[in-house]
Amino acid sequence: MIELDGITAGYDRRTPVVRGASLSLAPGEAVGLLGPSGCGKSTLARVVALLHRPEAGRLAVDGEPVCAWRHRAPRRLRTAIGVVFQQPRLAADPRLRLVDLIAEPLRATGRREGAARRAAELAETVGLTGELLRRRPHEVSDGQLQRACLARALVLRPRLLVCDEMTAMLDASTTAALVAAVESYRAASGAGLLAVGHDRVLLGRWCDRTAEWEDVATG
Amino acid sequence: MTEPSATRPSTPAHPSADHPPLLEVRGLSVRFRMPGGRHVAAVSDAGFTLEAGQCLALVGESGCGKSVLASALLGLLPANAQTAGTARTAGTELLTADEAVLARTVRGRLVGLVPQSPAAHLTPVRTVGAQLAETARALTGLRGEAAARHAAGAAERAAYPADHLDRYPHELSGGLAQRAATALALVGDAPLLLADEPTTGLDRDLVEHTADELRRQVDRGRALLLITHDLAAAQRTADRVAVMYAGRIVEIAEADRFFGDPGPRHPYARGLLNALPERSFTPIPGLPPELGDLPAGCAFAPRCSKSDGRCASQRPVFAGGTACHHPEGAAP
Repeated sequence: MIELDGITAGYDRRTPVVRGASLSLAPGEAVGLLGPSGCGKSTLARVVALLHRPEAGRLAVDGEPVCAWRHRAPRRLRTAIGVVFQQPRLAADPRLRLVDLIAEPLRATGRREGAARRAAELAETVGLTGELLRRRPHEVSDGQLQRACLARALVLRPRLLVCDEMTAMLDASTTAALVAAVESYRAASGAGLLAVGHDRVLLGRWCDRTAEWEDVATG
Repeated sequence: MTEPSATRPSTPAHPSADHPPLLEVRGLSVRFRMPGGRHVAAVSDAGFTLEAGQCLALVGESGCGKSVLASALLGLLPANAQTAGTARTAGTELLTADEAVLARTVRGRLVGLVPQSPAAHLTPVRTVGAQLAETARALTGLRGEAAARHAAGAAERAAYPADHLDRYPHELSGGLAQRAATALALVGDAPLLLADEPTTGLDRDLVEHTADELRRQVDRGRALLLITHDLAAAQRTADRVAVMYAGRIVEIAEADRFFGDPGPRHPYARGLLNALPERSFTPIPGLPPELGDLPAGCAFAPRCSKSDGRCASQRPVFAGGTACHHPEGAAP
């Protein structure tokens, strides 16, 4: 369960991008957050994903208030939330083979044992197989790389998945495939979802409910 | 080279009347030589025509060869590319033209490019007005005040506000940057516009806005080749739709028929439409094949519910608007 209350965040204290944003997600609920380009919805997604410290407001994960972000956040909180970004090219280390990209969170949290096997299993659920897993990001298409980024977000079995415009760069079929992969993970694990985007039709079809930016934030 | 043989006809070109089409592409193939003697067939035997005042949308998933086709038309392919076939516009053969011809008569003058990400296409340290005026000087030979006036005219046609000409690219919103890039493509009054994923990453309002602006250029008599994976943008802009899969054009249809009734004939095109969230939202199973390792038969056969032994062994020829052994419905 996630609660956001009066979150103000931005990159310059004088002109915050997000003002007074409040939103709550019930356990296992899928919420779509809709807003136009540049409204600050990605910044709010980063706050929820513990990647951006807000200037004011309260975030609670399963009732526990969050008081540290980024590397200061406790590991058990960081690993409870998975993130998928809009542009897979900017979110993938170009040196890593896809299988290592997917397994990286396991290694970073000291779970090397069986990491490659778990990565290969997950890769299959997002539709990546065999030889593709041995390639580096420049050798695969955007759609294939985003599939790997989704598998990486799921590898630690998060309780909440944050998808920030996950499918904005992708064609219709890859979009439907990635959404199906997220939904089958959620059905198996009971994880919640915060999907941020501007595509009303897509988020309406995908999520339990959608929230409009102007109802979530005050400016 | 992937030689389009005489027994395997290319997509039929049918100029409507006595005047030749503005762009006529026949049997266009592009392949890349890779280390170790491998080849990647990025485009195989593509053929289509485009008339003035018409928009053809080229749709398909990322990595299917759409952008390579666009680069081939502008002579922007890397050195390890080999091309075959013909692509003719206004009497100029684009595929065999040398760099001097491309630079002096084709780019900007015959073919205007609306780029994929306008923010990256514009020079960050110069104002939009300065970039437009420079383009006008280079393309029209006008100087000083006359070049600035010509540039302002192009900005106006692209609906770029005149009071924003002294802005730098980072001061523009996504929509304005898109209009600035469109204005640059219009400066040389090129009769053919080539838009490569002009709506990627824009939100729905901006997509519709950009699509409508491109359509306005078409209604003024330009021809537009719109390369996109965004089916909504294609539906809003195009007269005809060409679907590309694994480097081949597998279907060309009138946009009304394609998006409406009776719908596409090729199973891949039907699958692509059915994957839309406003339709059944089901993905096409599997992944597209590697362009370096294409099967002998139909490239879509491994993912197709209708495939049989013939599909695996024999590549379907393009006939009746589609390249499929088991097309849906009757030829238009």
